[in-house]
Amino acid sequence: MQKEPSFLTSRLNEAIGWARKFSIFQYPFVTACCGMEYMATACSHYDVDRFGAGFPRFSPRQADVLFVVGTISHKMAPVLKRIYDQMAEPKWVVAFGVCTCTGGFYDNYATVMGIDTIMPVDVYIPGCPPRPEMVLDGLMKLQDKIQDQHATGRRPAPEARPEILES
Amino acid sequence: MNTSSLIESVKVRFPAAVSAFHAWRGDATVVVRREFLLEVARHLKEDPALKMNYLMDLTAVDYSTFGKKPAPALFSSSGVAVKPAAQIPDEDPWPGPPSSSRFAVVYHFYSTAHKHRLRLLVPVEETAAQLDSLTALWPGADWLERETWDMFGIAFRGHPNLKRILMYEGFEGHPLRKDYPVNRRQPLIGPVN
Repeated sequence: MQKEPSFLTSRLNEAIGWARKFSIFQYPFVTACCGMEYMATACSHYDVDRFGAGFPRFSPRQADVLFVVGTISHKMAPVLKRIYDQMAEPKWVVAFGVCTCTGGFYDNYATVMGIDTIMPVDVYIPGCPPRPEMVLDGLMKLQDKIQDQHATGRRPAPEARPEILES
Repeated sequence: MNTSSLIESVKVRFPAAVSAFHAWRGDATVVVRREFLLEVARHLKEDPALKMNYLMDLTAVDYSTFGKKPAPALFSSSGVAVKPAAQIPDEDPWPGPPSSSRFAVVYHFYSTAHKHRLRLLVPVEETAAQLDSLTALWPGADWLERETWDMFGIAFRGHPNLKRILMYEGFEGHPLRKDYPVNRRQPLIGPVN
């Protein structure tokens, strides 16, 4: 039987979660037009720095959150997977825009039908492209998720893809 | 030169090469037999009256289902049929596909000196999908011909580096051919979906 965590440990977990959620170092993997909306969100009008995520790191080894912004083609998929693998734990993935969520309106030979076919995704932000408000909403949802996680960084397994998409 | 004199000059110079021609909505088009392509192209570039020094575009068309199939659904997975648009009467109708060949390779030439442009259409059979490369005349043809090879499977004789440019090594088939299934996926990693 698992022991209840002591008062001190649970407070510590909370403190670590709080610190993590306000110091998101993001890696923007920008491939398409969603990038414009990403830039709008990052700039002063919407100011993503208010949420502690204003510091993009263009090295996966220094990043916590992978922002996949824009259509991912089958040719690009191994590169994206490699970037994800290079990131250190704890790490999170945000699917930015409908192309990364599901493939969007692309139904052809070239496009990956959702990046969750190749890596676990924590937050999906749909929209073509999503408004900055939606991005900030997604970011706040991610912050809640980070806050709720155990200090070890071990997160629950991502939701499985529905059966209908597996075939 | 205007469109009609452009067509005329090519037609007079190469009577055996030109199988058809038209000027439609201000664009001159000459249909050239493929064995004469290199000869005609060199003339277009080097003749001082034509001076087509800029190859604007090079692509291909697959006419294998042209006019045979109703407009396909927008999403192949949804099965929703899309109704084709009603025909608007046109005083100057489109002249139609160049010939009965499956493919046509399209060349758009422009002259920055004379500011005129000409389109060459070269019908290509499916059984011998091969053409002469224009890379020796216009270095810019290099990637355009690679793209045409990648997407349509039309080979270019004499090309220095004819390999895929958009799709990856190991990709099977040529995706813009009309017989490439719209649902066919060849992912490098991850499931087929």
